[in-house]
Parts: sequence; structure tokens; C-alpha cells
Amino acid sequence: MDKKGLSIMQPVLVANKLSKKYGKVVALDSADLELYPGEVLGVIGDNGAGKSTLIKVLCGAVIPDSGEILLDGNKVTFTSPIEARKLGIETVYQNLALSPALSITDNMFLGREIRQKGFMGSFLKFLDKKAMADEARKRLSDLGLLTIQNINQLVETLSGGQRQGVAVARATSFGTKVVIMDEPTAALGVKESRRVLELIGEVRSRGIPIILISHNMPHVFEVADRIHIHRLGTRLCVIDPKKHEMSDAVAYMTGAKQPPQD
Amino acid sequence: MNKVSDDISKDLKDQPKFTTDIGEKDQDHHSFDLGEQTTLKKIQHFLHGNPTIVPVIILILSVIAFGFIAGGKFFSAFNLSLIVQQVTIVGILAAAQTLIILTAGIDLSVAAMMVLASVFMGKLSVEMGVPTLPAIAVGFISGIATGAFNGLLVTRLRLPPFIVTLGTWNIFFALVIFFTGSQSIRSSDIEVNAPLLHFWGERINLGGFVFTYGAFLMIGIFVFLWFLLNKTAWGRHVYAIGDDKEAAELSGIRTDRMLVSIYAVAGLVVAIGAWVSIGRVGSVSPTSFYEGNLDSITAVVIGGTSLFGGRGTIIGSLFGALIVGVFSSGLSIAGLDVLWQRFALGCLIIVAVGIDQWIRKVSA
Repeated sequence: MDKKGLSIMQPVLVANKLSKKYGKVVALDSADLELYPGEVLGVIGDNGAGKSTLIKVLCGAVIPDSGEILLDGNKVTFTSPIEARKLGIETVYQNLALSPALSITDNMFLGREIRQKGFMGSFLKFLDKKAMADEARKRLSDLGLLTIQNINQLVETLSGGQRQGVAVARATSFGTKVVIMDEPTAALGVKESRRVLELIGEVRSRGIPIILISHNMPHVFEVADRIHIHRLGTRLCVIDPKKHEMSDAVAYMTGAKQPPQD
Repeated sequence: MNKVSDDISKDLKDQPKFTTDIGEKDQDHHSFDLGEQTTLKKIQHFLHGNPTIVPVIILILSVIAFGFIAGGKFFSAFNLSLIVQQVTIVGILAAAQTLIILTAGIDLSVAAMMVLASVFMGKLSVEMGVPTLPAIAVGFISGIATGAFNGLLVTRLRLPPFIVTLGTWNIFFALVIFFTGSQSIRSSDIEVNAPLLHFWGERINLGGFVFTYGAFLMIGIFVFLWFLLNKTAWGRHVYAIGDDKEAAELSGIRTDRMLVSIYAVAGLVVAIGAWVSIGRVGSVSPTSFYEGNLDSITAVVIGGTSLFGGRGTIIGSLFGALIVGVFSSGLSIAGLDVLWQRFALGCLIIVAVGIDQWIRKVSA
């Protein structure tokens, strides 16, 4: 995507001059961020640059001191991840937030269960397990996660990559507008990381934009359309991974080199 | 010179031949290891997926064992049904306890809650002239309120359930003594003024098997809770909270509100137990069921529910209660001293928790 194209498109998610202080420590200093439809926006920054605070504000875990968040051009406020999720901002946490002793289906629908129709559902509040299992199976195969054989398998019996897949399938299943992924490959081996990167491409191809936070430069450079570099609590620059080298990005991140002016 | 070369050649002979000796040995070792693992791992995986199997096996084995040890007296229809009668109250308490333990909590106050509820039922209907049904309703409200009180302390003050319920156990017990002045409400007075309180103690004879209505109610409670836990979102959330509370919260479950509701439902189950207990014991005694708290935990643990939360089944607790009943009955018919019953029970608890730990390693 070139710059001209972007300026015509309306961003899905905009962060406008977000600030957050913890005592005297300035974690966010009027930070901006834009996420455009159908893109993967990589977010990188040195430790302590404030990128995790930025992400926590966007997913509702931290309430900013000032600044605003626009979703589809409308100002939104939320005080918890649950509220953010209701508005369509889904987060895949680094620890995935899955319940290992529950099945894949149970996890995918946790907190948003489908009830049976009629008396059994409305009065007895019985769950429609079949509908949930069918839906879960469909979601997983849509994302190319056909390796998971049994939809009622417990999550703890899955590999790290498969768990990531379940978490991503859950995050993209409920009218999602934005998916935030926090260090999705940090705990995975080479093969499984590859699978997750493919998964990110899969989600993008279905039109859901992704904010990808990662320390792994090769991974970010491989899948991101644009890279947001965070430094000293604010956005330093946004670079095109095709036009910049990884070493440049690291140099901007650490302040060793001035960012491009455009 | 010769000697040295002999030594060397001897040394060389003693060296294992890599391609043959070690190669084969290594392969042997390898395949042996794998074979052993798969059998054991298979069992481990099976038990992991079917946690109720362990208590069922223990129950069947103990019934057979006591059949041999204690003979026909143990196997009589009367004795087998007596065991069910005897475990009714602990069974109902264990049903309530299961809900709490599934959330990775523990409730030391269930028996005190139950006695308090039965005191309300008895006091109001027998001594204060309140009609029996409203008096029972007040007992139910007492159960729900005391349960919710535990839940509120756990969620609002962020205190561990063990400490909260250790405190409320004493508080509820003190309230019982306060309301009754340490006096029991006599069975004969209940029979005259509020016979309905004895309802669940009525017996029916089914071909030599004598069951109280209360035993059927206990089964009914277990079936109801099974449906609640397995067929409703509420039930799934009980497991999710016990499994990983933070993950449950991030999944959109209001964990604090859920916990209060779980403690309140447990309180209601305990209050139903209070009504049944009046029928079972006959009187309302402020000092009865003093060991009910720990007995209910014993039944839940032997029933295969993990004290770490998120794992276990409600039906397992029913089997757990029955196992305790079978052991007590069998050992006493066999003529063993009560102290050996306790000894056996203690061993059973440790074995049950040990098996649980081993099964849980599957995921590691």
C-alpha cells in the first residue's frame, strides 16, 4: 500500500495523542497510531519505549490520562478489555487467556455461549453444544487449522502453535474489526512460528486488520505492511518494510539513527 | 613387550563393539522405554479424560473386598441401603463443596451453615409457631445468604477461601449456639408441631432395600447439578474460573459476580441438606455434624475433584461419599475399631490426591 492510497482510505482505528503517566514516569507521551483496513501494522520499540502501554490502552486494559481512540471514525471509550471486545477490538494475549482444562469449543465460546432454541434454551438455559462445535470447526478450518482432529479435545492437549490457532480463531470469530496480537511467536519453535505467521496472513486476507507487537524483527518484517516504531513514549515514525532494512529499524528504535523525514 | 601388546589386545577385546553391542543395547533400551511409556501414558491419558473412573473403580473394588471380608451381612439389601442412608447428608454437603472446590476454593463452613439453616427451620416452626413451609423458606434464605456472604468476602476482600470459611465456620457455629442456647429441639416436639420437617426421613421399602426420601433427593441434587455444570454456560464458567481465573476474566466472564453466585448456590444446596438432616437425625442439635465440613471435603477429594480447581465431576463426589460410607460400614461389620476406619480413610485421601497429581502431569 502506498502513501497515496492510504490517505484516501479511512483508518479503522486511530489513536490520537494518548498520554499515560505512572507517577512521574511518562509511559505514553501524546502517542498516535493509525490502523488501515486489511493491513498488518507491526509495532516495534525498545524495552520501556511504552509500546506495551500503548497496546494495553488500545485493548482496554489501561485507561489513558488523555487522548482519544476512534474506531471507524467514531470516538470510543472503554474501561475494560470486555468493553473493548464488545466494540470489536479483540486481543490475543501473550499467555493466550485460554482455559486449558476446557475443550476447544468451550474456549472459543467462553463468555459468549450459544443457547438452545426455545424452552430448553430460554428457560433451562441449556447450551447448544452441537451448534457451537460446528461453528468452532468451521472457524478453525477457515483458518486452515485442519490439523486439529477433535473439536472437543482439551486445549491442554494441543501444541503451542495449535493453542495460538484456537486463540486467533476465537479472536476473529465474533464480528471483529481489529485484532491485536501480543508477541504471538515468542513462545513457539521455528516450525510453529511459521504456522502462526501464515495464520496472520490468513486473517489479513479475510479483511481483518491486525496490530502485531513483536520483538522478533524478521517476523515483523516478513508479515507487516507498515511498521510503527515507538520510542520514548510516542510514535517516532512509520516505515515501509520493503524500503528499509532491519538494521535501519533497529537504529531508529534505539536512537542511533534519525528516522526518515517523510 | 609381549605382555604389553597382550594387555592392549585384551583391552581392545573388552571394548564394546560400537556397531553391534552399543547399537543394539541402545535400540533395546529405546524401544523398551517407549513401550513402557505408551501403556502407562495411555492409562494416564484415559484417566485424565475420564476423571470419574477412579472413584468408580475404588467403589467397586471396596464393595467386593468388604463382601469377602465382612461376608453376607455386608451384602444384605438392608446394609447396602443403610450405607446410602448414612451418606445422604455428607453427600449433599459434598455436592455443595464440589462447586466451591471446582473454583479452586474450599469451604470449611458448609456443615455450620447447614446446622444454622436447620436451627432457623426448627426454631421458627416448632417454638415460634410459624407455619412449617415459611420456616423452611427462611432456612433456605439463611443458606443462600451465608453462602453469598462467604462469596462476597472471597471476592471483595480478596481473602483466600480457606481463611474466609475458617472464620465464618466459627461465626456460624457461634450463631447456632446463640440462637439455640445450646439446647436441642427435640424430635417429639418436631413431630407434633412441624411433622413436615421430618418428611425426607420417611422410608420406603423396595424389595428389602430401605431408602429414605432424602436419599432420592440427594440423587436428584446430584443430577440437577450435573446438568447445571455440563449443560449451561454457568456451569462451564465454574470450570473456567477454577482452571484459570485471569483467562476467564479476559474471556469476558465477570468472575467476581460468578463466584458470589456459586457460593450462593452452594449455600442453597446446603440449606436443602439442612431440611434433610432434620428428617435423618430427628432432632435439631446445635452440635451435630461437627465433622461434616471435613467429611464433605474428603468425599469430594476421593471423588476425583482436584483441589487446584477446574477439574473433576459432580458425580465423582457422589461416588466419593459412597466410598466413605462403604469403608465405614464394611470395617465396622468386620469388627474393626473406629480408629482403623479413620486410618483407612486417611490413607484413601492421600492415595486419591496422589492419583490426581499423577493424572494432572499429563498436560506437563
